[in-house]
Amino acid sequence: MPATTTDVEATVNEALESFGAEAADINRDATLESLDIDSLDLAELSQVVEEKYGVTLKSTDAESLKTVGNAIDLIVERAK
Amino acid sequence: MTETETKTKAPALRPTDATILVTGAGAGIGAATARALAEDGWLVAVGYGGNAEGAAETVAQIEQAGGRAHAVGGDIGESGAAERLVAAAQDELGPVLGVVNNAGVRADNLAMSLTDDEWDQVIATNLTAAFRLTRAVLKRAVKARYGRIVNVASVVGPRANGGQANYAAAKSGLIGMTKTVAVEVARRGVTVNAVAPGFIDTAMTADLPRELLENVPARRPGRPEEVADAICFLASDRASYVTGSTLWVDGGMGA
Repeated sequence: MPATTTDVEATVNEALESFGAEAADINRDATLESLDIDSLDLAELSQVVEEKYGVTLKSTDAESLKTVGNAIDLIVERAK
Repeated sequence: MTETETKTKAPALRPTDATILVTGAGAGIGAATARALAEDGWLVAVGYGGNAEGAAETVAQIEQAGGRAHAVGGDIGESGAAERLVAAAQDELGPVLGVVNNAGVRADNLAMSLTDDEWDQVIATNLTAAFRLTRAVLKRAVKARYGRIVNVASVVGPRANGGQANYAAAKSGLIGMTKTVAVEVARRGVTVNAVAPGFIDTAMTADLPRELLENVPARRPGRPEEVADAICFLASDRASYVTGSTLWVDGGMGA
């Protein structure tokens, strides 16, 4: 599956919502902390994007991921 | 989420096609557990290492009783085996949302004389394989928001038993792993618990002196079915709020 920004954004948003984040609060500038996204959520997101795009997110990546936009951009970059 | 929602959120119920893998299910505690879980409604993957005949017998018993089971074999100590076994079980039965890490070996020796091989073999089967199977099942269970992991530890580990440094290390490790994984995944509807059997009448204890029963307040060995019942409870929806715990099934030995 091609990893366009739009597609990755939809995938990430859907995953964040399934972790309990309110859909209305999810946008590129929202911080993962404000959405109550923790390390288990990121591990699950990692599994989702690995299955869909073949992209691996490491636990050390979590430190640099502050916002939803950071996560989307990293996934798109790695999928190239 | 409001406080009220947090308080009243109902626990997830087991999906009808949920499959559980029981390792070492060709005999003893594993076979009794596989039968009990099938009776409780799980689809059961009967794991075995060398005992294909025993596993086939367990599957036959489950099917005769009206349950569904399938034997999956392999050396769980090998790298990649866990994922292969879980995938095989899933292909044949349904989503693998549970595992009973029961397979275990002994290679007793006083620590001074314990060889590297005796150490490695026991840690590989009793601890490392249990972790890898847990990891493989967690990937599916976390996504499904439902899972049951039960590790078969032992009274040996929490308590000393000369000649079993390797076994005690592995079983203590299982209890530590149980607690840690439990807190990691609790909010995804996945519970992780352990049982600590004492002196149970199985092939593994057949060579032990009966005088050991003097240390058992119940003054008799346990039956595999008695351990299976405890495992079955922890794997059931009745135990939805029990996680990170170790249930001693030992006739009072550890009290």
